[in-house]
Amino acid sequence: MTLTPELRGKLIEAVANCVIQHADELVALDQAIGDGDHGLNMKRGFEAVLADLDKTSALPTGEALKAVGMALVMKVGGASGPLYGTLFMSLGKALPEELTVPGIADAFAVAVDAVKARGKSDAGEKTMLDVLVPLLEVLRSGADDLPKRLHVCATEAAGATVSMKATRGRASFLGERSIGHMDPGARSSELIVHAILKVLTAA
Amino acid sequence: MSQNVGIVIVSHSPDVARGAADMVRQMVGDDVPLAWCGGAPGGGLGTSVESILTAIDQAWSETGVAILVDLGGAETNSEMAIEMLPEQRRARVVICDAPVVEGAVMAGTEASAGSTLEQVRRTAEELRAH
Repeated sequence: MTLTPELRGKLIEAVANCVIQHADELVALDQAIGDGDHGLNMKRGFEAVLADLDKTSALPTGEALKAVGMALVMKVGGASGPLYGTLFMSLGKALPEELTVPGIADAFAVAVDAVKARGKSDAGEKTMLDVLVPLLEVLRSGADDLPKRLHVCATEAAGATVSMKATRGRASFLGERSIGHMDPGARSSELIVHAILKVLTAA
Repeated sequence: MSQNVGIVIVSHSPDVARGAADMVRQMVGDDVPLAWCGGAPGGGLGTSVESILTAIDQAWSETGVAILVDLGGAETNSEMAIEMLPEQRRARVVICDAPVVEGAVMAGTEASAGSTLEQVRRTAEELRAH
């Protein structure tokens, strides 16, 4: 399939609004184990994305993703800007115009590797990668019942960060005390995936 | 005479960045190109890729620019900014793994002696051993 400009617009808008609506929750999660800015930073970034919505959704999907990524890089103000910015920009570069599940999985693999390089991190360190890496495994495992499995995977993977000890980012300063709280970046990744799936399954 | 290495200070707080820059200026006067930035785009604590790019430009020296950062996001945003530089400048900008205030003063002092970018970085990073 290829995305229509209308569907692209809906996807970008849904993701942005979902993050913006959950800003307070992300702030609270980040106050527990970080510096408390994740929700406000992501809100500022996605407000910038919304401001360019019409222009961005008229672009081909790859270019639109790059534009979303660049807005996040320039406007977020914290590490999540370059991290999510890199995710979207790399995905935009790698995604084929004609979308297939294997094609999306390959492009997502490139994007996840780029996030690992940008954050000098990998799964297991209580970060957004603890959601992205399991999602990639689900994408790789075939198309059957995919939206449902991705939805469940995102929820479970974000939930699994609660019991992890942070070894990367500001939360790592807390050591053992980071255990018992969900990672805010994992939660925002979960929210973004759920917003995308909601639009796609309704389309 | 070749230009001295430039110093860029990046903090989440504009007050910290400005204060650290004042301390460097006191040590080295106007011998070293120096710029600072701090605060998220639109205000509040944080760092901005755009401001970092501007600061690199302000402190630009043909011998290179050393960046001092405070916490995680400042480093990630600085790395992003370096990647967005024109290719011929990219290899001449380094991020020092050093405490922002002490590192900036040490780097500035080293730079004022006409040292290379690598020497400036090494001097700032020596602080980590103590």
